[in-house]
Amino acid sequence: MGLQSDSADPARRRRTLLSSLRQRRAAAAGLFVLACVLSFAVAADWVAPHDPNQQVLERRLRPPAWQTGGSRQHLLGTDHLGRDILSRAIYGSRISLTVGILAVIISGLLGVSAGLVAGYYRGTWDACIMRAVDIQLAFPFILLALAVIGVLGPGVRNVILVLGVAGWMVYARVVRGQVLSVREREFVEAARAIGASDLRILRYHVLPNTLAPVIIVATFAVATCIITEASLTFFGLGVEATIPTWGSMLSDGRAYMGTAWWLTTFPGLAMMLTVLSLNLIGDWLREFLDPRMRNV
Amino acid sequence: MLTYILSRLLQSVLVILGVLLLVFFIVNLTGDPVRIMLPPEANQEDVERLRVQMGLDRPLPEQFVRFLGGAMHGDFGESLRYRGQPALRQVTQRFPATLQLAGATLFWSLPAALLLGTIAAVRRNSALDNLAIVSALLGQSLPSFWLGLMLILTFAVQLGLLPSSGYGEPRHVILPAFTLGAFFMARNTRLIRSGMIEVLEQDYIRTARAKGVRERLVVVRHAIKNMAIPVVTIIGLDIGQLLGGAVVTETVFAWPGIGRLAIDSILNRDFPVLEADVFFIALAFVGINLLIDVGYTWLDPRVRVR
Repeated sequence: MGLQSDSADPARRRRTLLSSLRQRRAAAAGLFVLACVLSFAVAADWVAPHDPNQQVLERRLRPPAWQTGGSRQHLLGTDHLGRDILSRAIYGSRISLTVGILAVIISGLLGVSAGLVAGYYRGTWDACIMRAVDIQLAFPFILLALAVIGVLGPGVRNVILVLGVAGWMVYARVVRGQVLSVREREFVEAARAIGASDLRILRYHVLPNTLAPVIIVATFAVATCIITEASLTFFGLGVEATIPTWGSMLSDGRAYMGTAWWLTTFPGLAMMLTVLSLNLIGDWLREFLDPRMRNV
Repeated sequence: MLTYILSRLLQSVLVILGVLLLVFFIVNLTGDPVRIMLPPEANQEDVERLRVQMGLDRPLPEQFVRFLGGAMHGDFGESLRYRGQPALRQVTQRFPATLQLAGATLFWSLPAALLLGTIAAVRRNSALDNLAIVSALLGQSLPSFWLGLMLILTFAVQLGLLPSSGYGEPRHVILPAFTLGAFFMARNTRLIRSGMIEVLEQDYIRTARAKGVRERLVVVRHAIKNMAIPVVTIIGLDIGQLLGGAVVTETVFAWPGIGRLAIDSILNRDFPVLEADVFFIALAFVGINLLIDVGYTWLDPRVRVR
């Protein structure tokens, strides 16, 4: 980073980040919810009251504990095979977060690299990469994912790969825009003047200055990936049916909507809270990291 | 001006070609399409016969050229599921339903977003502003298929007010249009609110206020007019996504549009229909974006000069 002194002091930066969090109660709530979901996902084996796949057929379709017929044994009720909804929802967070985070890492790496090349070298590279972005934008994200999974076959690995590869263009666009302005700055010129290689300039001078918007985009992208994974699984083209996920719980519960509302309500609620917390955090990061976007 | 339109037109054609290449790649290179089309119990002879019949024994570049040649004439072959039906006709038959849903969605979500976004920007930090922000956040965080299920649960199953699926009567479109519009309203409210806040901080707004124009007129005459361009961009984005992105909502409500057709064709391995469907969606998306870009030059004199 060398020539940039104002952001070089991490302690100072952390302080301002924390103090801005104190003013933003919504973001603090979002962080709290996300931390809860994360710890549930990590500690699912200890937190979940039951084995998520254990079927107790004589206890099928039990309502939540506070309704007549419910028991404290199954706080959020059971599904059509007598599996505990709460336990399944807790285990479901694992898949959602894993898919969301890994897919975003893949698409972030791809998109940032493409954006760096397009913005730094411009010319033919830029034209090719930006046309590829246009092509993918004309191909609806969920349809692309569905089509590829339809051909490759379902499975966690395929879902992560597809969402990862298909999501690169947002990063490419954002990074390219940043690079176009950063590459004209004095410190890049200075680095070039002392003979730094392109790779060194990109790595130490350009990349750090493009990361703020990337972090913002990535936060929202985790939310989008969680929703997309659940939609794919809902259509039977996502994660294997044997693994408890929010999407598969929703698709299982769909047939029982008339009689057992809890089957579809709770997994969706869990997903909504997770996505909401990510959106709140994303808004806060945007406000903090990118003052120009403060009003959005 | 003319060169600008021509270059945009050329770009659009390139994008369509790219989409065709992509869908061809997905169907042909990531697996053996013949194997995927046939049931698992088919023997080797059946496989070979279908392969030759469909021209899939030819080299891939030759196949792509043939595919492209067909696509130029709107010929994607016959549907594998409904034998004898051209694939593209399946898509065009379903298109009016998608158009109707898109229209109904825009009809409520855009005015709602305009109103909510503008009021929120003018009365910043008021209760209404907070309401707009909260509803926008919720709308963006609700997975559309879950919202659809919850609406069915409430309005169809519990209250029995509206049908959970079906097509034809106006009441059938209410729940799908609300489900689909929730996200667009949320996103547009935010975009319009932030755009409006930016406009209200401009010098010409201050000038208008300084010369004593009433606040209502400042907003209506000076601010809203300058929101025309971002709003046109928003409408373009919406229409493009509505035509292709209604996949989930259409499926949840069994709405007979091209989004659901896409899912059906994937599940039924009806690849000619999938190819035609994707082509149609891309064509609509690119065409609308082209119209919007040309529309700017008409709306904004600054673009015309460039």
